Amino acid sequence: MNTKPRLAVFKFASCDGCQLSLLSLEDELLAIADKVDVVHFLEATSRVEEGPYDVSLIEGSITTAADQERIRHIRANSKFLVTIGACATSGGIQALKNWSNKDEFLSIVYAKPEYIETLATSTAISDHVRVDFELRGCPINKYQLLEVLQAFLAGRMPRTPNHCVCLDCKRKGNVCVMVVSATACLGPVTQSGCGALCPSYDRPCYGCFGPSTQPNLISLSNQFQRDGMSPERVIQSLRSFNGYATEFRAESDRIESQIDASEVTVDE
Amino acid sequence: MAQSTTRLPTHQKTPPISKAGVADDEPIDPGGDGDQWWLMKDDLQCLIDSLWAAGYQVIGPKVESAAIVYAEIRDQNELPKGWTEEQSPGKYRLKRRDDDHLFGFNVGPHSWKSYLFPPHAVVATADRTPQGWQMRDADDPEKPFAFLGVRACELAAMAVQDRTFIHDHYIDPIYAARRQTAMIIAVNCTQAASTCFCTSMNTGPRCLTGFDLALTEVDQGFTIEIGSSRGRQIIGGVPVRPLSHDQVDQAEVARSHATAEMTKRLDTTDIRNLLLENLDHPRWADVGNRCLSCTNCTMVCPTCFCHSVTDVSDLSGDHVDRVRQWDSCFNSNFSYMNGGLVRGDTRSRYRQWLTHKLASWIDQFDTSGCVGCGRCITWCPVGIDLTEEVAAIREDVR
Repeated sequence: MNTKPRLAVFKFASCDGCQLSLLSLEDELLAIADKVDVVHFLEATSRVEEGPYDVSLIEGSITTAADQERIRHIRANSKFLVTIGACATSGGIQALKNWSNKDEFLSIVYAKPEYIETLATSTAISDHVRVDFELRGCPINKYQLLEVLQAFLAGRMPRTPNHCVCLDCKRKGNVCVMVVSATACLGPVTQSGCGALCPSYDRPCYGCFGPSTQPNLISLSNQFQRDGMSPERVIQSLRSFNGYATEFRAESDRIESQIDASEVTVDE
Repeated sequence: MAQSTTRLPTHQKTPPISKAGVADDEPIDPGGDGDQWWLMKDDLQCLIDSLWAAGYQVIGPKVESAAIVYAEIRDQNELPKGWTEEQSPGKYRLKRRDDDHLFGFNVGPHSWKSYLFPPHAVVATADRTPQGWQMRDADDPEKPFAFLGVRACELAAMAVQDRTFIHDHYIDPIYAARRQTAMIIAVNCTQAASTCFCTSMNTGPRCLTGFDLALTEVDQGFTIEIGSSRGRQIIGGVPVRPLSHDQVDQAEVARSHATAEMTKRLDTTDIRNLLLENLDHPRWADVGNRCLSCTNCTMVCPTCFCHSVTDVSDLSGDHVDRVRQWDSCFNSNFSYMNGGLVRGDTRSRYRQWLTHKLASWIDQFDTSGCVGCGRCITWCPVGIDLTEEVAAIREDVR
């Protein structure tokens, strides 16, 4: 009898990039396959087995009523449920719809909108079921995924640091783009995980790994505006892959309400 | 020159200078001015070549990513010739000089700490064998460094870190080996950034101790002071000449600019008690609202030494690296102890950093943890200036 843990990978509203990270672990793939039994991973194999699963990796956000049901079923059949990526963890880029009118979009984009069944929102998996661990990133870092699997196999907590990107920049010797060029960089409020990829090429951080622990969004967005960025642009920079993550959302909503208030004042 | 007489106690890492140690065949004219010599601008390459030939890897200033950083130097043309910078809280901009000086700037985002106390180091390894776990110290593959362009505040910073890594109860083998073998070629500052306050911390701007050689740059070349027999040895192969009185004067004038240009001050009068007796001052909450808790100040600080150590295994679980990485008191998890976070908000983390740096460091290491280099001011993305924070508390207490 096969006693290896049963691993399943499921996709919801997403681009498939995070699942692909598992396949990108080329050097480690055989070792992983030796330790776990991959029983459901449509992107990799046509083998499809029913639960229960020991560990389920969930990619994507919840955008339809059918998916709301499906994730409950998967949860019920999974001992350990891990979300992988920004979509599953905070709703993804498609959560931009949460600030707009769904029906307007449907009528503009689709010739026959009545064929489309979708919720008004794109939301994180944890808004629907209990999640045992959230792995951040757009896409996730494949080595962090490996760490999560290793930790699961060893029965310990995964080591995925929750400090911000700045620490990685400084460890690498990167020169701070905010200080040398007043470039709006989300590094000071974004969780580590990418290895400070963009700042290593003199680009600002775009917040792919979502908010770091206790991020000071207000101080940072004030600085962006002191450096000449319009409030509208600050909102845009916060509303991207992780725009619907609690702290990023709260700050973009706060700035928006300030703009609204000032427009009212001007009108008067 | 208004050089204070009280200086940070520094670790004498090299034997006292002895003229008797000069070999007869060295091309040094003993008729020079004291133990000082003259090096023509283009002959700096001879010094760099001599260092490489002697087995050192030469690290020095270089323009990279819109800043002057420290990197490997093989050619003197790699130095920031004709460059300087403007610094203010949260802001750093490279600028052209109107001359060809090679060291006409102050300190940048990097510090020598990265080389002596590397940001990422494997400190031990373990392998599972049929006989059980085999633990080993990790090898440090680095060959000796020669640091070219070390400023007075940076010499002081090394002396401060020596107390943590060499002179405390436990000696850090990586730091100790690298520090002991490193050749220190200091350069006196001939200007000051708006963020510099070494005169307040009594660490500069003049390099007085802790170097093998100390250069002062003027238009035509450098004056060289010898600080150790090792320094004397290395310039044995370099075409130095005796100093003229004019050159001595030029160097003195150049150095005096650094002191004259220094505008920032930190009043250190009874600073330990000032901070430790005002732990509930409202200014801590005020700065806590501005602080990003992003760790940048601690990373660029040349004396901050916090780190974390983790055991990282491979997939088989048969090989483990014990990895040490720079960490920071600004990370919430850094204060995680059994049961929760000791410093659960940014206010308490900023207060911890500043009171350690300027107050309890004195209790712990008998010196301030601040050398007045101003890096934490320039490289704070939101421009928090520790001298202003202290001044605000001092003003209020008055």
